[in-house]
Amino acid sequence: MSLQLYGIELESRLLLGTSQYPSPAVLLDTIRESRTDVVTVSLRRESGTNRNGQAFWSLLREANVRVLPNTAGCYSVKEAVTTAHMAREIFDTPWIKLEVIGENDTLGPDVIGLVEAARILSEEGFEVFPYTTDDLVVAAKLVDAGCRVLMPLASPIGSAQGLNNPRALGRMRGHFPDIPLIIDAGIGLPSQAAAAMEMGYDAVLLNTAVAKAGNPISMGRAFALAIEAGHLAYEAQPLLARDMASPSTPVLGKAWLD
Amino acid sequence: MKVLVVGAGVAGLCCALELAQAGYRVELIDRAVGPESAGCSRFAGGMLAPYCEGENAHQLVTSLGVESVEWWQKVLPEVDDGYRQLGSLVLAQGRDRGELARFAQRSSGHESVRGDALSEIEPELAGIFPQGLYFAAEAHIDPRLAMRRIRSRLQELGATVRYGADASEYKGAAELVVDCRGLAGRDTLSELRGVKGEMLLVKCPAIRLSRPIRLLHPRIPLYIVPRGDGVYMIGATMIESDEQKRVSARSLVELLQGAFALHPTFSEAEILELGTEVRPAFRDNLPKVCRKGNTIFVNGLYRHGFLLAPVLAQWVRNWVSGGELPPGPDNWEIMNEDSMQ
Repeated sequence: MSLQLYGIELESRLLLGTSQYPSPAVLLDTIRESRTDVVTVSLRRESGTNRNGQAFWSLLREANVRVLPNTAGCYSVKEAVTTAHMAREIFDTPWIKLEVIGENDTLGPDVIGLVEAARILSEEGFEVFPYTTDDLVVAAKLVDAGCRVLMPLASPIGSAQGLNNPRALGRMRGHFPDIPLIIDAGIGLPSQAAAAMEMGYDAVLLNTAVAKAGNPISMGRAFALAIEAGHLAYEAQPLLARDMASPSTPVLGKAWLD
Repeated sequence: MKVLVVGAGVAGLCCALELAQAGYRVELIDRAVGPESAGCSRFAGGMLAPYCEGENAHQLVTSLGVESVEWWQKVLPEVDDGYRQLGSLVLAQGRDRGELARFAQRSSGHESVRGDALSEIEPELAGIFPQGLYFAAEAHIDPRLAMRRIRSRLQELGATVRYGADASEYKGAAELVVDCRGLAGRDTLSELRGVKGEMLLVKCPAIRLSRPIRLLHPRIPLYIVPRGDGVYMIGATMIESDEQKRVSARSLVELLQGAFALHPTFSEAEILELGTEVRPAFRDNLPKVCRKGNTIFVNGLYRHGFLLAPVLAQWVRNWVSGGELPPGPDNWEIMNEDSMQ
């Protein structure tokens, strides 16, 4: 079954960030080769005010993908809400990837501000994609605030550490079986993305791991394949690890060869 | 033949010089009232760093940049003209070690330096940074000094340099126009976009650094280029925006924070100037040289104005003299007459 986010059906389970690429041309090629359906775009406030980033945004429009604007770099509820308003106007979408940053060095979310901003924006009709932690209580409050998608971080943004706490991520999956869960941030390798998908995550959102790779176009494709493989594996119901060997050929009734 | 060069930034100046040296009668004009108020070249770092740029740029930037370094060395031969071939250093704080490894992997022409070797190169940084990358073949110039030098060379060669000039009044008299207007050229080259940059000039005689230093940081990379006499240029932001004339508080804080991280004494620096301009870029962030009728366009030099302008100017000179443009490598499109609508 394909992925559904706020009623929108998507083929690809890879969501791509658009910053830090060597050039817009490479970004567009990466989007095409990775066959992603959704890209997230950061709206630096100064570019938003007078629409000075227009040239870059119209380039993205050429890619013919859905834009998920984000509030990256916002440190307060007010800033995030204002940026979301600007994003809705510029990109003409109710979607918003909500980031309220709480800590400068780890770029970890201020989850208290996040819940508050999510409530305000959901009430205003936004469809909120919150960048959150793997904390179940926060997640429940986000759902309560109106979020129908959750995006826990795997490890700090851009750190390429992969799934720092797979058990917590697994718990989250178990706890919210009906909410689309997207890994947001911290992925460095396709194998890490595949591991998240094997755990039943619905999608993976990436930026640095692709944009800063030596060859972003190939890396985008590699991630797309890994994410697809991980998802297929999850749907195929993988074996669980066990303590003892389990022979693939029965021992009983085997011919004696001595 | 009379050639009109429009735009007196680094691209226009290099083209004018190459053409004047080839014996053409060159008139260089700019709409700005004077050299002190013109274009983004004034705010350039002036790093001639083809190898460092290779970390994130197309390999063409490195190969053409190496040729340009030689050009600058010839054009600015004396120390007084500000050409310094002292290499450059790339550093990262301990917790960003990974950035350094990545930079090393993605670039060439460097050696890893640590401890004593590092303090020998830049004694001021002893004890602050345990390791770095040293790019010995790189150089730096003072962009404003370099542009001044080219202007006076042009006058020596009999070329005219005119500011406050409206191109439309001059075009009629020229047999050939070389259009180097940067982002203003968007009226013809519609694919151009602006990438905003902000920089500051500070005076901090208490610190003695001899060469450009890049400080890697996952979010706020920056560089510091010595201009001599204790003056340093700190730059530069890269923002997808064509907004001009506004340095934001956030950018200023980020640049200064980076400078403090490089050396705490920068907190004592006197701020001489805040600058911002918009770099012209095509979507592949590579320049284009193209021709329509009797106009040759040189544009899209992005953050590589001083690094690429000399080579592009040589191409223009060669083209005008009946030669051909070199074939573009893969992924690099030199627009021809047909593709210009």
